[in-house]
Order: sequence, then C-alpha cells, then structure tokens
Amino acid sequence: MAPLITPGSEFDLMWAFIIGIAFGFILEAAGFSTSRKLVGLFYGYDFTVLKVFFTAAVTAATGLLLFNHFGIVDFGAIYVPTTFLWPTVVGGSIMGLGFLLGGFCPGTSVCAAAIGKLDALAFLGGLVLGILFYTLTFESIWMEFRKTSNLGVLLMSDVMGVSYGVSVLIFSIIAIATFLLVSKIKERIADVEY
Amino acid sequence: MSYTQQKYMNPYVAGVLLGLVITASFVITGQGTGASGAFKDIIAAGVVKFTPEFAESSAFFNHYVGAEHSPAKAWLVFEILGVIVGAILSGALANRIALKVEHSPKITSKTRIIMAIAGGVLFGLGSQLGRGCTSGAGLSGMAVMSASGFIAVGAIFGVGYAFAWVFKKYWV
Repeated sequence: MAPLITPGSEFDLMWAFIIGIAFGFILEAAGFSTSRKLVGLFYGYDFTVLKVFFTAAVTAATGLLLFNHFGIVDFGAIYVPTTFLWPTVVGGSIMGLGFLLGGFCPGTSVCAAAIGKLDALAFLGGLVLGILFYTLTFESIWMEFRKTSNLGVLLMSDVMGVSYGVSVLIFSIIAIATFLLVSKIKERIADVEY
Repeated sequence: MSYTQQKYMNPYVAGVLLGLVITASFVITGQGTGASGAFKDIIAAGVVKFTPEFAESSAFFNHYVGAEHSPAKAWLVFEILGVIVGAILSGALANRIALKVEHSPKITSKTRIIMAIAGGVLFGLGSQLGRGCTSGAGLSGMAVMSASGFIAVGAIFGVGYAFAWVFKKYWV
C-alpha cells in the first residue's frame, strides 16, 4: 500500500533524490531549460510546455486512478492539497506575471541554471528574495488572507458533480482537444529563431 | 567546437515519462514533486540557525524552530538536489551545457537579467501565497485532481496569456 516508504525516513530522502534526478532529466530533455521555449506558449510560436505539462498531468492522474482502482494507492494516504480559493487565485496570478517577466518557473530555472543559463541563476536569486520578502511581511500582509476561502480538500469530481474516473476522463479529453487546437494555432504563427 | 546540440525529446513522450515519475513519487513517497518549497525550507533553516531570536518571534518562522524542520530532513531539498543532477546529466548528453545569458536579440543581457530577477521575486512571493509553484501546486495538484491544482494552473497561465502582449517586445 502506498506510500511504500515511511515519510521522514532515510529511504524517503533517498527516493526524493532519485525522483528529483528523473524529474530534472526529463524537464531538461524536453527543453524546459530555455526561457524562450517556455514563454513560446504565450506567443504561439512554441507549445512544447503546454504539451509536456498537460500530458504529464493526464498521465499521472490516470496512473493514480488505476493504482487506486487496483488497491495499490489509497487516496486517503497520499497528499491531496486543501483548496484555498482566493489565496491560490492571487498567488497564481502573481506567478503568471513572474513567468512572463522571468521566463521560468522555479523548477525549470533550477534545470536551466544547472546547464549554465545565467538568466536562470538570476531568476533563482530573485526567487529567494521574493520568498524572503514574503516571510518578512507575512504577519503584516499575508497571514490572515492566506487562511481565507478554505474550501477543504476539494476535488474536480466534486466541482463537476461526476465520479472521480469521469473527471479524469473529461480532463483527458480537454487536454487532447487543446493539443489539437494549439497545433492549428502554431501553423498560423511565424517561427521564432532561438 | 563542432559539437551540435541534440534535439529535444518529443513533448508527448516527455509528458508521459514526467507523468510516470510523478505517479511513482506519489506511490513510493506519498507526495508529488515540487520546487519552490525547497527554497523556502533552505531559507527557513538559515533564518532559524543564524537569527534564532528573530525566528522565535516571527509568526512565519516560529514553527520551523526545532530539529524536525532541518533541511537535512527536508524532502523537497533532496528532490531539488536530484533535479540539478538530472538536468546536468541530460544537458551533458545533449551537449547543451554552456555559460550564457539567453535572450531575444532585441534586448540586452542586462535587461534580460533584470527581468529574470523581477520574475523570480514575483514567483517567490506568489508561490508562498499560492501554497506552491507550477510544479508542487500545479502539476502535483492536478495529478490528484485537486481543484487547488487546476485553480493554480488556471491563474498562472490565464494571467500569462492575458498580459503576454505587454511583454511581447522582450521575447519575440
């Protein structure tokens, strides 16, 4: 029964390292170590990020659904985040602006800095400053707001009023439709050299 | 230098592999992958170690006081160390390792660095408020079909598309 490893044990950290290696390898191999490829999805000249990102989400959602179905993964035993509506909307919006300006998100900036991208290193410096700013202003600005609009552990199946399996199916269909749509858009947008 | 860069992996193949890694992460350790949390853990450990009185008095840091939250026990810190190793391996195999500032020919390296720092600051702030970044809140949240993951991804990419025109001249 999952999780196979007791959280906090030495094996847990060893697995964190191994999973990290696989995560970093695939992100880099997919092209997430270049900011101009990453922001391509906002300008229509490169949808790699969108394809990789949603294929990964659908694959993992389907994988966990199957593991749960066969009794290998108990959804009660794995980490499912609590939904805080407005803090997530505001936090996500700030991150969206950060993506447009910085050209990276935290994970991709680590990959890019690892292969020598100095702009990614600058992004990481900014990331640390941003977290420090948050921690130092936590009590005065963020503490109360962060706790608001707590919707509990809310699943997309609850939101849509369907079974868990059907919610994964709907997500998969939307993802595939999006892939077809962006392929059409890509044909109309001039290539950008980078 | 006659090395040629290898092509990137097919995005759908990469996506399936990435999805399998995230599935394995949940099955083996009970949690998905993340990134911003590792930096928060390192910062918290540093603040607790070097300014213990401040940490005690801070509403943010006081629950990091105590041995249980040392970075040596932090899952995400080890995962991020792995990400660095994995990215170097992939970059080395594809001849992509090189020191450079990557930017559009229309802007200078200096402009790019300033933008990168500003973007990092915003991501650092937003990821703390949003309880994780594209990876931890977004991808891992969507993997377990959590509304939170879909809201985070919707906000990140929604705002990205809504304001893309403002920053177009810096990228295209």
